[in-house]
Amino acid sequence: MSKVYIALQDNEESHYIVEAIEEDNADVTVIYQPAMIRIECEGHMVIKRETVEEKMGRDWEIPALHVNLITLGGNVDEDDDQLSLTWNN
Amino acid sequence: MSNKKLNLKDKYRLLTRDLEWEFSYRDRKEIFPQEDFEGIKITDWSKWEDPFRLTMDSYWKYQAEKEKKLYAIFDAFSQNNGQQNVTDARYVNAIKLFLTGVSPLEYQAYSGFAHVGRQFGGAGARVACQMQSLDELRHVQTQIHAMSHYNKHFDGFQDFAHMHDRVWYLSVPKSFFDDARSAGPFEFMVAIGFSFEYVLTNLLFVPFMSGAAYNGDMATVTFGFSAQSDEARHMTLGLEVIKFLLEQHEDNVPIVQRWINKWLWRGYRVLTLVAMMMDYMLPNKVMSWQESFEVYFEEAASSLFKDLARYGIEMPPYAADAIAEKEHLSHQAWSIFYNYGHAAAFHTWMPTEQEMDWLSEKYPNSFDQYYRPRFEKWREMEEAGERYYNPTLPMLCQTCQIPMGFTDMENPTMTSYRQSVYDGERYNFCSNGCKDIFDYEPEKYVQAWMPVHQIFQGNCGGPEMEDVLGDYYKINLGVDNLDFKGSPDEARWNAWHNLIPAEDKLKKAS
Repeated sequence: MSKVYIALQDNEESHYIVEAIEEDNADVTVIYQPAMIRIECEGHMVIKRETVEEKMGRDWEIPALHVNLITLGGNVDEDDDQLSLTWNN
Repeated sequence: MSNKKLNLKDKYRLLTRDLEWEFSYRDRKEIFPQEDFEGIKITDWSKWEDPFRLTMDSYWKYQAEKEKKLYAIFDAFSQNNGQQNVTDARYVNAIKLFLTGVSPLEYQAYSGFAHVGRQFGGAGARVACQMQSLDELRHVQTQIHAMSHYNKHFDGFQDFAHMHDRVWYLSVPKSFFDDARSAGPFEFMVAIGFSFEYVLTNLLFVPFMSGAAYNGDMATVTFGFSAQSDEARHMTLGLEVIKFLLEQHEDNVPIVQRWINKWLWRGYRVLTLVAMMMDYMLPNKVMSWQESFEVYFEEAASSLFKDLARYGIEMPPYAADAIAEKEHLSHQAWSIFYNYGHAAAFHTWMPTEQEMDWLSEKYPNSFDQYYRPRFEKWREMEEAGERYYNPTLPMLCQTCQIPMGFTDMENPTMTSYRQSVYDGERYNFCSNGCKDIFDYEPEKYVQAWMPVHQIFQGNCGGPEMEDVLGDYYKINLGVDNLDFKGSPDEARWNAWHNLIPAEDKLKKAS
């Protein structure tokens, strides 16, 4: 299995997104580096709007991810409720 | 009109497909004249699917938000004299290299995507290229803005655009993009959208920028991450282009494979500059070039190529050469720049003892054996007042334009040297990758503007070094160039911090 990953700027908003990712994906690894947070896991990762909203306590939409996003790896699939990263191997 | 809120997929469909129209009185070939000549076959443009489905309203909304955050940080950085709070003035030289070598590529990318965005028959691809083109323009602007602050306090930033077009080592990144932009539209997309954005920009914008943060440079890390957040979209576009081409027609597979092979190697050679920025120009270290390369090239590329295997695409043969070089690349590159420190628009130096220890630890198989003794010799010469500058002009690789300083990985003390004869002339190359690229299209690469050849032909200001470096390149001699030790940059830095010069410190220590 290959690793999909996402890196976010290390800031308040991202911390909620990381919490949501940890809740919705088993076995993610979170790596803190200067000014950034890299989250990786095997094969597939999903970021769900609902979970992020719950963590933040306010409305949040998936394209708002771009504000804190640094980079990602994997095939992206995005709709109103979630963004997922997948490697088909 | 219904007030029902559209979902993301519907909005994106309306933005792309619905803005397209049938051409009734002109032939498609007249409208998209560059779509066929590369041999790529497109059977159905409607199969194009942009994974991010970014619509104009959310594009403007979130880009505006990114800009506001970015400029708030630029303001804070300059109001707080952030230039005084970077780890060490040597660090700023990495930023000089960035402004002269990389930022102009963002402008080239803007121009390139604006061009190819006109050439594709599918509306989805055109919209995606148009947005990427705007992103790239944003990147060059924000980078110039960020670094204009350093220009007030350090040397070497003042003529970056002029230098990009003329200075010998800057011909490496410049010629890379010239090569891509003078290719057809599909090759450009594979070159920049896929190989450069998807496989390689992470190495520049992620570990190096994290390093900038670790060295107190909040302005650079912020423009870097802000740019890379756009790149995350570009990367998905790059991957989408590849999958789309491969799914359209089986005849596209060998063409795309050849382009991937070529552009991965071309891009990797450009990243030589980043390798030495990581290992030699960041006083506070985050990770070595080798470690970054393992995460963002070896691991990331192997996932990617495993994913593409079902289309019949294989890992480029030169990837093995790049992997073999990972323990040597940065040291060889820094050696070249140290040799030619008088001809560079930034300062060079020998690493401190502590920095050499870090390099020994990170590169146990190469540094102590091949590079440390050489560096210690250079340091001795420097201490004796005979700082070594190479007075000759180097032979350049005809394809990547890097001086022929890379060595054979089987025998790391022997220069790697390949040659080809074309039309009665002999051409030199640093590697199999560069030689093969030339051999496939020699009529293109024989036209390359080779900085050293141009100097010898008298096209660069005159016969003397001062004519070339001073008049033609516009390097302020004795100010922008030479060793960091003894530079006006160093003197200003020491004055800000009440430090004794490194030169004196070195004398005291020895």
